[in-house]
Amino acid sequence: MTVLDVPTQGTLTSRPYQITTVRHQTHDIVTIDVAPQQHPIAFRPGQFDMVYVYGIGEAAISISSDPATPGLLSHTIRAVGWVTRALNDLQPGTTIGIRGPYGRPWPMEEAEGKDLVIIAGGIGLAPVRPAIVEALRHRERYGRIVLLKGARSPRDLVFRDDLDRWHADRGIDVHVTVDSAVRGWSGRVGVVTKLIPRVPFDPENCVVLTCGPEVMMWFSAEALLKRGVPAERIYVTLERNMKCGVGTCGHCQLGPVFLCRDGPVFSWPEVAGLLDVREL
Amino acid sequence: MGAPAAQPKTRPVVLSEDGLARLLARLHHEGYEVIGPTVRDHAIVHGPLSEVDDLPRGWGDEQTPGHYRLVQREDDAYFGFAVGPSSAKRTLFPPRQPLWTAESRDDANFAIIEAERPERRLAFFGLRPCEVAAIAVQDRVLLHGIVEDEVYAANRADVLLVAVECGAPAATCFCRSMSTGPGMESGADLILTELLDGDHRFLVRAGTTTGEDLLEQLEHDEATEEDLDARKEVLASAAARLERRLDTTDIHGLLMGNLDHPRWDAIAERCLACANCTLVCPTCFCTTVEDRTDLAGTEATRERRWDSCFSLEFTHTGPASVRNSTRARYRQWLTHKLATWIDQFDTSGCVGCGRCITWCPVGIDLTEEVDMIRRTSEDNVAPWPMVPSPLQEG
Repeated sequence: MTVLDVPTQGTLTSRPYQITTVRHQTHDIVTIDVAPQQHPIAFRPGQFDMVYVYGIGEAAISISSDPATPGLLSHTIRAVGWVTRALNDLQPGTTIGIRGPYGRPWPMEEAEGKDLVIIAGGIGLAPVRPAIVEALRHRERYGRIVLLKGARSPRDLVFRDDLDRWHADRGIDVHVTVDSAVRGWSGRVGVVTKLIPRVPFDPENCVVLTCGPEVMMWFSAEALLKRGVPAERIYVTLERNMKCGVGTCGHCQLGPVFLCRDGPVFSWPEVAGLLDVREL
Repeated sequence: MGAPAAQPKTRPVVLSEDGLARLLARLHHEGYEVIGPTVRDHAIVHGPLSEVDDLPRGWGDEQTPGHYRLVQREDDAYFGFAVGPSSAKRTLFPPRQPLWTAESRDDANFAIIEAERPERRLAFFGLRPCEVAAIAVQDRVLLHGIVEDEVYAANRADVLLVAVECGAPAATCFCRSMSTGPGMESGADLILTELLDGDHRFLVRAGTTTGEDLLEQLEHDEATEEDLDARKEVLASAAARLERRLDTTDIHGLLMGNLDHPRWDAIAERCLACANCTLVCPTCFCTTVEDRTDLAGTEATRERRWDSCFSLEFTHTGPASVRNSTRARYRQWLTHKLATWIDQFDTSGCVGCGRCITWCPVGIDLTEEVDMIRRTSEDNVAPWPMVPSPLQEG
């Protein structure tokens, strides 16, 4: 496993950032941009920050912006608990606290020279968005780039502008599907994992990044293995509550691993056995 | 802390009872805040020591699963008891730790002020070898992880350790199985052995040059062969009374290969999920944070406090708890303590102090539970590979 350089001083202390834009992605998901930083902290695709709301608390949130411009940080947040609900209600001009980045990133180097397959369910597009943006910037490094994007319904689709833009981009093959359609939806209907057997990519020479509900990742892994993708080329990102981000608060343990310290990105063989144990 | 201290050259010495008082006075004179065992609330707990009279002189303890009582000893031993409910963790990694305060500047903005960490010079006086071993485990977790924990590091810096070898193990102790006692050869600045045969005295060995310097400033006698033999006798007698065992042979494979063993259900029928075991454990490090706003809303203080994997809300994915059953929560605690701790930190999380057995209200005994799993395990060879620790690669 890779150990990352994280700031060693004041790692538990948030730094204040002022919100410049709040973009409502869906009825319960926002993307928050903060003011440009003069001394940004570099991050890599797949890493997360601990984001603090004054007086309420902190939540672990993936960075959804471009790693090439670390001074322009964005986080995409779904309203689930106290903190994330408060984050959904914040206005531009408000200060939030951010500390990070933490965690093991997506294996972008390993994917070089191979097809890059990205499977995202719901808000799961947020943690892989930096990987897509980075891969498209260095398009020549990869074979096919394929995005399989699923959402519960058309109104749950996040980053619609990006999806439209990527659709028009010949460099990436975008497939969007929704679990249940509504009137006016002319796209695909069905769960995202059903696309895996049919979409063109080379199963023997690819790296797959998967992010979404645990059950989606299970079925994705199953379909990918069946298609002949080696287990160790399948990557997932896992989620559990975190208080510290650096492997000392104990909350995000899954058997032997701390999701914050050893993940959140794992190869399938590293965690398949752990996810298979009930209540681990 | 930090670089390994130079090996001291001095030979063992002997301090009289007065010598013990002078050692404590010397520590105060050098500006140390001295923490050690003292009687409070019908238990021997860690507290400030102003003088030797604060020590539990003449007190012993009686410990069995779910049972702790102070008993009057027939001698005047200063250290005639096993470990009580508190440990060095309470001082080095306190139950509540202020982290920082966000001060409101206007309706939408705030500034963050880090909590002040008082500079103090701490000395522990009278730690058992298992307690010193527990500090080493916490060092591994909180100082040598991917980051250094600020709060622990500030408290731990330049801490002086005066250990006392154990001549009074309790029935719940199993330090021999964890190789943490009853005696010790290194790991503390001074290592004492209380000798009660003949003249009441203390054999003292320096474990570091700091300890050596301290000894040189005290009036003492060179230790005789009789003194050294008396120490051996104390340790042999203690070892003979340490009957409880935890067989640690391939314990990682045993526990991780038996995650669905029916014994977990049997434990869950007794376990109250009260978290006592995690609170008295000298190595349990799990914490949560609390953000509290003052009445006017002008400042919000973030405090870290001990948490426990026995609480339902400890681990969740989204709003859903991961470990709904007591079975799963006890299993998390025990497998972490004895097995996955090794994956994570290259050391067991258990030092064999027995606190979790004594202070369990229903007397659950982890040594017995592990033994039951071992005896009824269908396959001791687990398909669970050890996960390579990221600390080793770093």
